[in-house]
Formats: sequence, C-alpha cells, structure tokens
Amino acid sequence: MELVCPAGNLPALKRAVDEGADAVYFGFQNTTNARQFAGLNFTDKRAREGIDYAHARGKRVFCAINTYPQPDGWAMWTRAVDQAADLGVDALIMADMGLLDYAARRHPDLTRHLSVQGSATSHEALRFYHDQFGIKRAVLPRVLSITQVRDLAKQSPVELEVFAFGSLCIMAEGRCYLSSYLTGESPNTRGVCSPAAHVRWEETPEGLESRLNGVLIDRYGEGENAGYPTLCKGRFEVGGETYHAIEEPTSLNTLELLPELKELGIAAVKIEGRQRSPAYVSKVAGIWRQALDRLERAPGRFHTEPAWMTGLGEVSEGSTTTLGAYERRWK
Amino acid sequence: MSATPTLQLSLGPVLFYWTREHYADFYREAADWPVEIVHLGESVCSRRRDMKLDDWLGIGRELAQSGKQVVLSSQTLIESEADLRDLRKLCDNGEFLVEANDQSALQRLSAAGQPFVAGAALNLYNPATLAVLSRAGMQRWQAPVEMSRDDLARLLEDCSEQGIEAPCEVFAYGHLPLAWSSRCFTARRYQKPKDRCQFVCQKHPEGLALRSQESQQVFTLNGIQTLSGACQDLRHEVPDMAGMGVGVARLSPRPEGMAEVVTAFDTARRGELPTPDPLSLVDAEICDGYWHGRPGMDHSRAASLG
Repeated sequence: MELVCPAGNLPALKRAVDEGADAVYFGFQNTTNARQFAGLNFTDKRAREGIDYAHARGKRVFCAINTYPQPDGWAMWTRAVDQAADLGVDALIMADMGLLDYAARRHPDLTRHLSVQGSATSHEALRFYHDQFGIKRAVLPRVLSITQVRDLAKQSPVELEVFAFGSLCIMAEGRCYLSSYLTGESPNTRGVCSPAAHVRWEETPEGLESRLNGVLIDRYGEGENAGYPTLCKGRFEVGGETYHAIEEPTSLNTLELLPELKELGIAAVKIEGRQRSPAYVSKVAGIWRQALDRLERAPGRFHTEPAWMTGLGEVSEGSTTTLGAYERRWK
Repeated sequence: MSATPTLQLSLGPVLFYWTREHYADFYREAADWPVEIVHLGESVCSRRRDMKLDDWLGIGRELAQSGKQVVLSSQTLIESEADLRDLRKLCDNGEFLVEANDQSALQRLSAAGQPFVAGAALNLYNPATLAVLSRAGMQRWQAPVEMSRDDLARLLEDCSEQGIEAPCEVFAYGHLPLAWSSRCFTARRYQKPKDRCQFVCQKHPEGLALRSQESQQVFTLNGIQTLSGACQDLRHEVPDMAGMGVGVARLSPRPEGMAEVVTAFDTARRGELPTPDPLSLVDAEICDGYWHGRPGMDHSRAASLG
C-alpha cells in the first residue's frame, strides 16, 4: 500500500519524503485547491524544487486541483492543470467534471485521480468518472463503513485510496455547503472551511467564546481545551440539550484497520493535513511508514504499537482519535 | 389579464420524513396548485421505508393526470449495495423522468441512454461541466445552492453561447439542503444508533432546530441531512430570475402553509407581487444571502431595514 502524505510547503514535502512517504500531494497558492490558507502551498519555483527532491528519491508527487471552477474563473483552473502538467507531476487530483474533461482532452497521458471532493461513494459513481474521464484512482469520502468499502472495492473499476489519518470531515465531502452558509466561502468555491478570517475569540463572563462570522460556535469553561471553531465541531442546542450535536473535535485514525484495508486491495492510504506543520507531517509519516513496513513483513501478525497510537494522539484534534464511519456504530 | 408566465414553478421532493397519510394529503392538495413540475421520492435516507417506489409511482400517476410533469428524485448519498438496488429500480421505472442527485444515478441513466434532470448536489458550477452532462442526456439542471445571482447570470450567458439549451432551476424557497453525512444527527439527539433509529425523524416533520448557545437557529437537522436554519425565500427575485433566463423556480415542501407559498410565487412570476409584501407567510427566519453573493444565512431586506 502506498503512503500518501500532505505537503503544505517545501519543508513539509521534504520531511514527508525523508520519513518514508511513497507519494506527496500539494496545491498552488490560489483557490484551485481545497487547502487555501495564507502562507501555504506552492509557487511554480517551489513546486519544481519539491518535485525534483521527491523524484530524485524515487517518490511520486500529486497535484491537488480539487475545488470547483467558478463561473468567473475557468481560466485560473485550466492554467493550474497546464502548470502541473508542465511541472511533470505524477498525477492530478481533481473533482470537477468539467475540469476532469479538460485534463483528459488536453493532457491525456497525465494520470488523473478523483479527489475526495468528487463525492464518489459507490462503484457505479466510480464507473461514471472512469468511463467519462479515464480516472485511474479515486479517493473515497470518509462516510463509508468498512463493510461498505469492502463491497465497493470488489467492483471498483479503479484503484482506491482511503483516508488513514487526520482531521475528520463528517459530511460527504464535496457536498457540504455549511461553511458558505455561515461565511460565504466553502471548500467547493474557495478551498476553505470555516475560514480563519471569519473567526473571532472573545473572553466573556460566560467563558471563552469562539465565533464564526458572528455565530457562536462554542463556549469554553475554565480548564476546557479550546479548539479551532470548525463549524461542525461546536456545541449547539438541540431539543433542550447542549452538546456536540454534529461531531466532537477528534481526528480519524485507521491504523488498526491496516490489515483489513490491505486485504481489500486498497492501493493507498492518505494522511490529511496540508495546513499542518512540517513537524506534524514528519511525525505522522514516520509512524505510518513503520506500520506499513510491519504490515508488509507479516500481514497476518500485524499489531499497533502503543507508542504509535500515543504519537498520533498527540497531534490529533482534541487529542483523541476515532475510526469514524469505518466503524458502523459511529453512525 | 395576467401575462403568461415564462418561469415555471416546481415542487422539490419532500426532504423530511412524513407519514404515508401526510404525503397523500399533501400531494392531493398539490394537484390543484399552480406548479408545472413535481419532484417525488425519498432523496435523503434509505431507512425511511414507509413509501415504496410503487407508492410514489401511484402518486405520480395522479399528479400526471392533473397535468403535472412528474420527476423522481434519486437518493443523494449512496452508501450500500442495497442503495444501488433501489436506485436501479428508480432509474428503470419506465414511466417518469429521474433527477440524478449523485454520480451513481448519472451512470445508470446515461449508460441506459435515458434523459435526466441534474440535481444541485452534482456541483454544476461551470459550462464545461454542463457540456459533459448535456452530452450525457441532461434535460434540466439545478444550480448549486451556494451560487450567487451574478455568477449564475454569467454561467447562463456562457451556456447560451455554447449552445447548452437545458433550462436551469434555482432553489427559490425552503430550508436549503447543505450537507449529507453517513451519521444520523436526529438519531444522535435521541442517543440511538442509526441502525436502530426507530425512525425518530418522523416525529419532526420539519426537522430539528440546531441553535447556537445564544438561541440563534443555525441549522436544521433532518436525519443524515443538514439544512439551513433559516428558510430561503427568493420571491422578490423572481422577475430578475425570469429576466436572466432561469427556467424553473423550485419550492421545497414544508408541512404547513405551502399553498400560500405557491400562490405567492405564482403571483410573483406574473409580476403582480404587491410591495410591500408581508415578509414571511410561515413562521421562520428568512434568508437570501447566497443569491446576493453573501453568506447564505444573510437576509438582504433585514440588512436594508436595519
């Protein structure tokens, strides 16, 4: 199984490669990718350096162009595709049907992966993207149980990549408009969710409050750990109860599912977190490399190390991890 | 004498889980409403099984006899083989057009050479995507809920230049469908696992309000679906919509007051909406931010008044 790691900048890309990533993925410095953060992502020059670094070590580089071209911006998205092709990336990760069509016609020999933002959750949906745009691989949304992944994998016309570790999107990716409802900006349109420019922190007599464009997302009492106000991870009131009505702040960690994922023929496991530090990338890549190596050596006797779980827990949201939808009872 | 309206009105599928009697009563009334298109079916959750495909077909035949165009809406989040089996039956119904709300449906329909309606969750943001679907058999398409008026106007111009003729539909009224998850948030509120949810969402014919700790209604929980907290109302934009070439305004069913909503939009498309108009016919917060290129929850009239 291939280990695919996030690269928000050149130092992160190098650390990922050094720690054992088989492939890294990056985006350009604009709204063409789903991690549009200030100071993050790659210029043409930096991308070239990163690709050279990875290729010199026999590793692959994917370019994420996985937002949806907006009515006034088609040229920016096609330019990103052309630019990635010129740079010699090993694959494009895309979601928009129009852009996939463009890439398939303009750069037929450049490998196309379907982004998680393409929302393909069945083998029929994968068949559509495969037949129409010749995708080679698809990243599955984090909404399927392991049994559902199994059923899908049996009939998939393409290689599958699944999320292994990182921030947990609880909604079917690519079809979540909650962020633009509150802020005007969403993953699809602007490559952001709950963007920092709309966040406000305030000490009040009731506690520390986090707001997103004025909407109270959470309020923390003394001694409580405050997390980034991602809108689906706040505490809200429903039917007279105040609780994490959508999801707790927690990260996905599928380390213990590795033998099963391998048996299903999953081609690659993906680490989330282009917005995280090079230190995060380094640590997570290192642990997953060890785990994958152990799996290769003795698939039947795979077990996780407590140190791995602790290490991953330390860089998780809310310092806790979950198997998410892979585990049926989470739903 | 009224001008012949150029803009058609459609009823979206009922997004909530109602009882069989409730659906039957609702559509019996709807048969007499001035809407040209009615979308039927369960598009949210496969566990909602009170209504079988045959039940929807039965309602569809009655509506067709009343002169409505009937469209069956497919489930938006497909997760299992069972979901795919239901989807196949829906696509192969042999009678009514199908609204594809996911690429699984697109695959079934386009491979079979059947024309289809493209739903909002397919993320149709640009002419290149619409061209792909036109070639695949698209007869009508719904703009993404988050698209602004200006973006849509530009997109419609580009489509017309490129010869993409299928009419565009705008979500004009109702709680906006904003997200789908494999987790059921209604069952979570009742501390029940999704597999044994006891269909608690049927107790909430208009969903469950999710409020901030300051009592602002932010979202509406509807099983695995999350809707907007406020109700989008674009009735005042109807003349503009018609002018820019939107073909259909979609009204999303609510359990109360839907006849009045339809009447208001019918009046608006004839250019007869009185100003000032009572802002809301139904007791809910109103929003129209997306249309105006702002956060979806914003309300332009509230802002201009305030």
